[in-house]
Amino acid sequence: MTESYEALLARIDTRFGDQMAVLPTVCGELTFEVDKKNVRGIAEILKDDPEFAFEQLLDVCGVDYLTYGEAEWKTESATETGFSRGVEREPVILDESETFDPCRFAVVYHLLSVTRNYRLRLRVFAGESNPPIVQSLVPVWNSANWFEREVFDLFGVLFDGHPDLRRIMTDYGFIGHPFRKDFPLSGNVEVKYDPEKGRVAYQPVTIEERTLVPRVIRDDNRYSGALKESFNDD
Amino acid sequence: MTEIQNFTMNFGPQHPAAHGVLRLVLEMDGEVIQKADPHVGLLHRGTEKLAESKPYNQNIGYMDRLDYVSMMCNEHGYVMAIEKLLGISPPIRAKYIRVMFDEITRVLNHLMWLGAHGLDIGAMTMFLYCFREREDLMDCYEAVSGTRMHATYYRPGGVYRDLPETMPKYRSNQYRSKKEVNRMNQNREGSLLDFIDAFCEKFPGCIDEYETLLTDNRIWKQRTVNIAVVSPERALNLGFTGPMLRGSGIEWDLRKKQPYEVYDLVDFDIPVGINGDCYDRYLVRVEEMRQSTKIIEQCVDWLRKNPGPVMLGDHKIVPPDRVEMKDDMESLIHHFKLFTEGYNVPVGEAYAALEHPKGEFGVYLISDGANKPYRVKIRAPGFSHLASLSEMVEGHMLADVVAVIGTQDIVFGEIDR
Repeated sequence: MTESYEALLARIDTRFGDQMAVLPTVCGELTFEVDKKNVRGIAEILKDDPEFAFEQLLDVCGVDYLTYGEAEWKTESATETGFSRGVEREPVILDESETFDPCRFAVVYHLLSVTRNYRLRLRVFAGESNPPIVQSLVPVWNSANWFEREVFDLFGVLFDGHPDLRRIMTDYGFIGHPFRKDFPLSGNVEVKYDPEKGRVAYQPVTIEERTLVPRVIRDDNRYSGALKESFNDD
Repeated sequence: MTEIQNFTMNFGPQHPAAHGVLRLVLEMDGEVIQKADPHVGLLHRGTEKLAESKPYNQNIGYMDRLDYVSMMCNEHGYVMAIEKLLGISPPIRAKYIRVMFDEITRVLNHLMWLGAHGLDIGAMTMFLYCFREREDLMDCYEAVSGTRMHATYYRPGGVYRDLPETMPKYRSNQYRSKKEVNRMNQNREGSLLDFIDAFCEKFPGCIDEYETLLTDNRIWKQRTVNIAVVSPERALNLGFTGPMLRGSGIEWDLRKKQPYEVYDLVDFDIPVGINGDCYDRYLVRVEEMRQSTKIIEQCVDWLRKNPGPVMLGDHKIVPPDRVEMKDDMESLIHHFKLFTEGYNVPVGEAYAALEHPKGEFGVYLISDGANKPYRVKIRAPGFSHLASLSEMVEGHMLADVVAVIGTQDIVFGEIDR
């Protein structure tokens, strides 16, 4: 982490204290976790205070942490059943529950300061209500407008105070939020030309989903911090 | 007297000036636009979702198809994000090759933009001129990767292979005489670097030619000067990047401010506009082509003098040589593992941004330690530019919508993703 980032970290720490919790830095990037109640206020200060001067909101990204850290290929039991490349998928259960895991949906903001030349990442968990909801940042940075529409469309996260929260990417009349992890990759419906009706019509998907390469998580000691340090000591 | 009413007009999605599949719902007061509501997503392929279901390297091909007129820059963003998480850095020669092809891509993109923008607002010859030069650059793509557009040339750890020593040549046939073919093959006798060198020599002259046609052209100026003026404050607030931001007078270029690869070792300038109108953005982009040519020349010089590896030797990430594989068990295992499973990327998240021809192209990558990304977010520059279309066309005439779409350099592959 460079000097300017350390200075920024110190300034944020003194100004916001507990409101912004720093997450472990990877690759020299600063990430903070912010409670969803405080986002708007913090954003206003970050933008308008010359101490921070984050003039630009470059990106808003939705994340669904439903299957984070889950591998598809269980090697432990493979000796009994034999190895298979195909992965059998669990049936899709649509989320109709009243509440979500509070750490399921997150919205990640990427800020950039042009005058001071640094970046910042904010992560906000969208809470457990169904649908999840966070404050909109459109009044602070107008660039948030379409980004938030996109997050709403793809993840179903609502933004309180957004002037025009419509779907943006998916088709007119689309049902569901396709980037949620419980939404199948092949979708639920497909379109075809119906010669009897004389128009294009929807029907349930006919293609079967298959996985060519299973998702594998391996314990790779090259990336464990302790080992790396011991190498450096030698 | 008849009552005058606002009416709503539909523009696109199938319209030659919509640059793809843009549908605009325009609220008009006579011929003056009150409000524009762009409907996007007609080219949405779910690239980010698809990327979650494939091992890291198999997604590079998807990146080419984002902004399909600046293919290698998209790859670069994705590959840089992976490299950041893996904590690796490609060999220096690979970095120079990447910079050179990034700049070739920038010229490709700007030529496409200039041709299409010109065609949209009445300068038809531009299109023909620009595509003539684009063809040569496409040949560079082909020589190095085998394909004219969707290259998949950048890989985590370097580039797929070194620059070729020969250029593909035209062959004579019943339609092309020997003499004509010889003329066409004139600068294809040497290596790729010779070919690029020859291009760099002639290209500034071509830019002069474009400028003679446009820069002082009365009609061109009438169509672009004072059209869609964006103040620097608004440009920042709307999330503008790249030439759109520089056209408004803000000196911001990631190649200079947050240099990646070897941009800190090459010499170039950042052109900046004053008024923030379509004409200034035109001037900025044209000057960028000149600066890019300068960078390409420097890279060619360096690459001629410094042979070396273009890929890392770490076979946990980079597949081993084909020849090596024939009699080395270790290499065979590495090859098998890489092509059946891929490599695992350590847990964490990274945002890699680069100066794409259209602005800041960023890839935000979240890894949970698997062989596939957990989430890939592509920050496409055109997305925030198009979002401000309504603000830019408000109060202008219907015909100016086309000029604004042109000046924003819209490509739907990256906006819809």
